[in-house]
Amino acid sequence: MSEITPERVAHLAMLARIALTDDEIQKLTGELGAIVDSVAKVQQVATPDVVATSHPIPLTGGMRPDVVGETLTTEQALAGAPDHDGSRFRVTAILGEEQ
Amino acid sequence: MSAADLTRATAADLAHRLSTGEVSSVEVTQAHLDRIAAVDGDVHAFLHVSEHALDTARQVDADRAAGLALPELAGVPIAIKDVLCTLDMPSTSGSKILEGWVPPYDATVVARLRAARMVPLGKTNMDEFAMGSSTEHSAYGPTKNPWDLERIPGGSGGGSAAAVAAFEAPVALGSDTGGSIRQPGAVTGTVGVKPTYGGVSRYGAIALASSLDQVGPVSRTVLDAALVHDVIGGHDPRDATSIPDQWPSMAEAARRGLTGDALKGLRVGVVRELEGDGFQSGVKQRYHETLDLLAGAGAEIVEVSCPHFEYAVAAYYLILPAEASSNLAKFDSVRFGLRANVTGTVEDVMGATREAGFGPEVKRRIILGTYALSAGYYDAYYGSAQKVRTLIQQDFDAAFEQADILVSPSAPTTAFKFGEKLADPLAMYLNDVTTIPANLAGVPGMGLPMGLAPEDGLPTGLQLMAPARHDARLYEVGAAIEQLLEGQWGQPLWSQAPALATALGSNGGAR
Repeated sequence: MSEITPERVAHLAMLARIALTDDEIQKLTGELGAIVDSVAKVQQVATPDVVATSHPIPLTGGMRPDVVGETLTTEQALAGAPDHDGSRFRVTAILGEEQ
Repeated sequence: MSAADLTRATAADLAHRLSTGEVSSVEVTQAHLDRIAAVDGDVHAFLHVSEHALDTARQVDADRAAGLALPELAGVPIAIKDVLCTLDMPSTSGSKILEGWVPPYDATVVARLRAARMVPLGKTNMDEFAMGSSTEHSAYGPTKNPWDLERIPGGSGGGSAAAVAAFEAPVALGSDTGGSIRQPGAVTGTVGVKPTYGGVSRYGAIALASSLDQVGPVSRTVLDAALVHDVIGGHDPRDATSIPDQWPSMAEAARRGLTGDALKGLRVGVVRELEGDGFQSGVKQRYHETLDLLAGAGAEIVEVSCPHFEYAVAAYYLILPAEASSNLAKFDSVRFGLRANVTGTVEDVMGATREAGFGPEVKRRIILGTYALSAGYYDAYYGSAQKVRTLIQQDFDAAFEQADILVSPSAPTTAFKFGEKLADPLAMYLNDVTTIPANLAGVPGMGLPMGLAPEDGLPTGLQLMAPARHDARLYEVGAAIEQLLEGQWGQPLWSQAPALATALGSNGGAR
């Protein structure tokens, strides 16, 4: 059986920065437990002698010449932002009271 | 020429009629816009219809009248999956977190469509961030299957497949991470291709799983898919995973398939692991009839075994969530998209925004991916899944020693009803059992219509797979098989789709 508990789901949600409700945590605990039990079957054939593949088509290089290309203007970069001051993205406090 | 004829014409046919001046791009575009107005209230293939389409068409007509040399598909309309960034239309990837977001740049594939002077009609519906097999996970409501409005159109690219099946667009763009082009093709009776990984640029495609995602064409014929592939494919310096090779013309390959004898002596590998339990009887029946037909046309049918395909779905549901949890971290309420109206620190706002902006399937996969990547679990889950990927590539290598092309059904069943698999994520994940291996290995795959299942009268699909970089083989063989099957049916499969009710005040485009 998997080790998916409500406490673990709450911790993962904190790491992923999603403020899940208690109901969501309960529901996800059951669902993720079943999914993790199912996908764990990869361990049956993933023996130490098998190398891992991270990328389907091996490529090397991929670097372009170091010259200035087209970039977004400040206005374009800020156009979709929820809040900005004309030159920077604006957010709420970075640090909480207790910090 | 009636407007209905224009919406049922292939892109190749429209391109020809446009080049001879028989029709104008404005007429063709208007006919499709009218068709969208008439049927999309029911089908809901589109999230956004472009207000610029007629202007674009008018410019193409003017340039043609002025005697300018134009690309082959100039003036032909196309629908674009909402996962792709477009300068002049919102790009939401089916998510509330990007509602109304208009990107400051075009995806490379979109820029190439524009350079080819095609006419973007609008953006098509999809499961949120391409996570799903039914469009039921779209934040904007599901798309309906034009063959039966009570059934799913497949996913994630159900909008593009339904748009093409319902004659709202001759061709469309999709994206395929684990079958999101091929599975919708199967259940809507249309054609779709997942190119070799790296064959088509991912720049400006809102990333789901970067090592699996590929953009590809959606159409009603193999030749039309090939024509679109030629427009969007090829090296892009803005995508570091883009293959720098020169590619042959896919359209030439498809035309070769329609005129030559591509099937004679072709070694067709039947993947033993991709049929059997869980496959609907009518899908199996049409599949075996098709194999018999291929043998009759001179193909050599060989059975191949890919023993590790059994582990593909499990590996996929570790690799995809892991990559998605990282890719979706950018939706942080700071630079674009939604910001929840709460007080607190930037992290509080971020957590509340992601809680409000992501749907249940997206949350499920982000949490799963975060788990798979956590310290202490990484080797057991993500690391093991990457090893399975190697084993699946080795299975493909061995199979392609024995066969020129591999085949399977593109989906295990015909279209299911809305709600049928929504409560059981694992059942939903198994819809992609046939398509996932190609994404894990990076090889190209094509889905094309294989007839209607006798028990429910709904479309089934045939999948073809070729070695990496051999996309042209899919088009050559696919076009030949399509011709062979249509010869049996006496007409294309899509022409047998039931007529859709048209909205009041609109008559399907005759104007």
